[in-house]
Amino acid sequence: MVLGRAFEDMCAQMYYRGKMFGFVHLYNGQEAVSTGFIKLLKKEDYVVSTYRDHVHALSKGVPARAVMSELFGKTTGCCRGQGGSMHMFSKEHNLLGGFAFIGEGIPVATGAAFTSKYKREVLKEGDSEDVTLAFFGDGTCNNGQFFECLNLAALWKLPIVFVVENNLWAIGMSHLRATSDPEIWKKGPAFGMPGVHVDGMDVLKVREVAKAAIGRARRGEGPTLVECETYRFRGHSLADPDELRDPAEKAHYAARDPIISLKKYIIEKSLASEAELKVIEKKIDEVVEDAVEFANESPLPPRSQLLENVFADPKGFGIGPDGRYRCEDPKFTEGTAHV
Amino acid sequence: MTTIFRGLGALTASNSFDSKKLQLPSPRSFSERKASFLLVRSDGSVNLNLGSNSRARRAEQLITNAVATKADGSAASTASKPGHELLLFEALREGLEEEMDRDPTVCVMGEDVGHYGGSYKVTKGLATKYGDLRVLDTPIAENSFTGMGIGAAMTGLRPVVEGMNMGFLLLAFNQISNNCGMLHYTSGGQFKIPIVIRGPGGVGRQLGAEHSQRLESYFQSIPGIQMVACSTAYNAKGLMKAAIRSENPVILFEHVLLYNLKERIPDEEYICNLEEAEMVRPGEHVTILTYSRMRYHVMQAAKTLVNKGYDPEVIDIRSLKPFDLYTIGNSVKKTHRVLIVEECMRTGGIGASLTAAITENFHDYLDAPIVCLSSQDVPTPYAGTLEEWTVVQPAQIVTAVEQLCQ
Repeated sequence: MVLGRAFEDMCAQMYYRGKMFGFVHLYNGQEAVSTGFIKLLKKEDYVVSTYRDHVHALSKGVPARAVMSELFGKTTGCCRGQGGSMHMFSKEHNLLGGFAFIGEGIPVATGAAFTSKYKREVLKEGDSEDVTLAFFGDGTCNNGQFFECLNLAALWKLPIVFVVENNLWAIGMSHLRATSDPEIWKKGPAFGMPGVHVDGMDVLKVREVAKAAIGRARRGEGPTLVECETYRFRGHSLADPDELRDPAEKAHYAARDPIISLKKYIIEKSLASEAELKVIEKKIDEVVEDAVEFANESPLPPRSQLLENVFADPKGFGIGPDGRYRCEDPKFTEGTAHV
Repeated sequence: MTTIFRGLGALTASNSFDSKKLQLPSPRSFSERKASFLLVRSDGSVNLNLGSNSRARRAEQLITNAVATKADGSAASTASKPGHELLLFEALREGLEEEMDRDPTVCVMGEDVGHYGGSYKVTKGLATKYGDLRVLDTPIAENSFTGMGIGAAMTGLRPVVEGMNMGFLLLAFNQISNNCGMLHYTSGGQFKIPIVIRGPGGVGRQLGAEHSQRLESYFQSIPGIQMVACSTAYNAKGLMKAAIRSENPVILFEHVLLYNLKERIPDEEYICNLEEAEMVRPGEHVTILTYSRMRYHVMQAAKTLVNKGYDPEVIDIRSLKPFDLYTIGNSVKKTHRVLIVEECMRTGGIGASLTAAITENFHDYLDAPIVCLSSQDVPTPYAGTLEEWTVVQPAQIVTAVEQLCQ
């Protein structure tokens, strides 16, 4: 959680210094959800997120260096600089993105869960099913893809957990103004899966619920819909002036900052001392500083990278007038071939 | 493998208008015809065509019946095996089944593909053989099950997603454009999407506007995908297999009216190259580029044209994205005149892109502007007469060639 917060704060700094561009959506305030869920997963489990994905990537184990480089658009980024803030992917850590349009990641998550079930039942590989977590917001819960996937997942008992990060706002649209029945967790039972509501500002409560939901999925009992009531301390993105939200509301949730709450809990229960926590915070700061330095020093993508990765099999660019495949043209690797 | 199949333009089929008639001229009859074939060249001279390019010519003296051709392609499908006859939808199924046998990660998803056997019977019997999970009957949620196919492809499976009618895939446009096409790139090459999206499209028999759509023109701009259109039982099976084996996302366009074409295909295994065009009928006067159902209208027109003394070269482009500019280019360099016959709408169709590509690459070789015959920019009407007028008919093709060759 501390890493997430420090990282996101650094992102804001870097953005205003002109190191990263475009749409950057920060996760400040919602760290409990990411940590509470993702830290329970194995490496083989899948995570699918939205454009607010930096911290999901970090929680799943993608190195801070790789994420920061990606944000700077450098070739050492986790997606070679080709994805950017909204498209974090990692095959090694089974992070399936990073999607710019809301809701379009949910079917992909359903597909990953389908593969888990297929591997177990058709290919007969392995005992337990790899679980998929799909993270998305309150705005997405009014989108058709959400409902279609709830149906598909419940119908085939797919090993997936739908995690709603309800931060009450979709840019400037309040959840209450957009939704006929604002209690999202209720929509789970309508499709035949349990719907759970949890305080998303408390990492320990989230973890309890997550354990149950992930356990359910892993045992093959099917999907769960978990609504986490949470809040984003910053605007929707770094371009959002954030004028519509009531300061009283912001103050209310700031008082429930998940990191401060957990710190208080740890100290009260004497699980660690203030000094030890300070050491952790310092270490995190070093990690983030190192990530920035690494990203700064990394090279920008060369022209030769332009045409790579469009196709897994570059023969897909076709056959040129000279009879050779376009990808065989030496200019192809220079990025200047005519395709 | 590619060289064997390049020269294979052999098509044994009956067109949709007289499906009962199947003509297989014997090799002997060709030599008889060859001697009597007269070519009136565009410069007015008359040649007795004894086949200067005899190997290519020999196969294509299709005077009596320009649609059905001989088993000359048996040169490629070895002489010892006679092959077996089947209908196009059965060829698709055969290809799919062979790939499912070969690779257990190949699975099918779509509406009514399982117990119902597919609305055009392409997946008939497969659910009984492979089970309900491998041949998955989905609820009616195109966007989501296409996205599900993409997620499955990213995590190790090779799904074949069926759109019951290609038009329904408009509902999956988000997934096809954003995820299918772009995801390999935005993930920096980490995830590949070896998915095949297939289904019947095109103008049928009074199916109404929404069931008669040509989606190839809408999808062609999406980077990162390949599009192929099958037109014969032979290339249907070959393209299906190639598409499944490809690491790229491939959209395979079938046509509602071509499913019952009967053809004899080889017994032994073969695949067709996804990026190559198919030479249907070599010729000298004009290059006619076409694909899918229009191939049959073109071949019917070719019959008339040949009787009138023209020698059209007909190429089935097959690969709608990317275009096979080598085969097309060689043809343009030979004939210097191009006619494109397509079923897409006039505006923004495959023909429009093809015209641009040819002009850009082969402008110097053209003796006349490229003529593109497309469907009218009209929602396909229900009434039979109106429907006939929206789509290109053989008579129009004949007129266009005559005008082009003046």
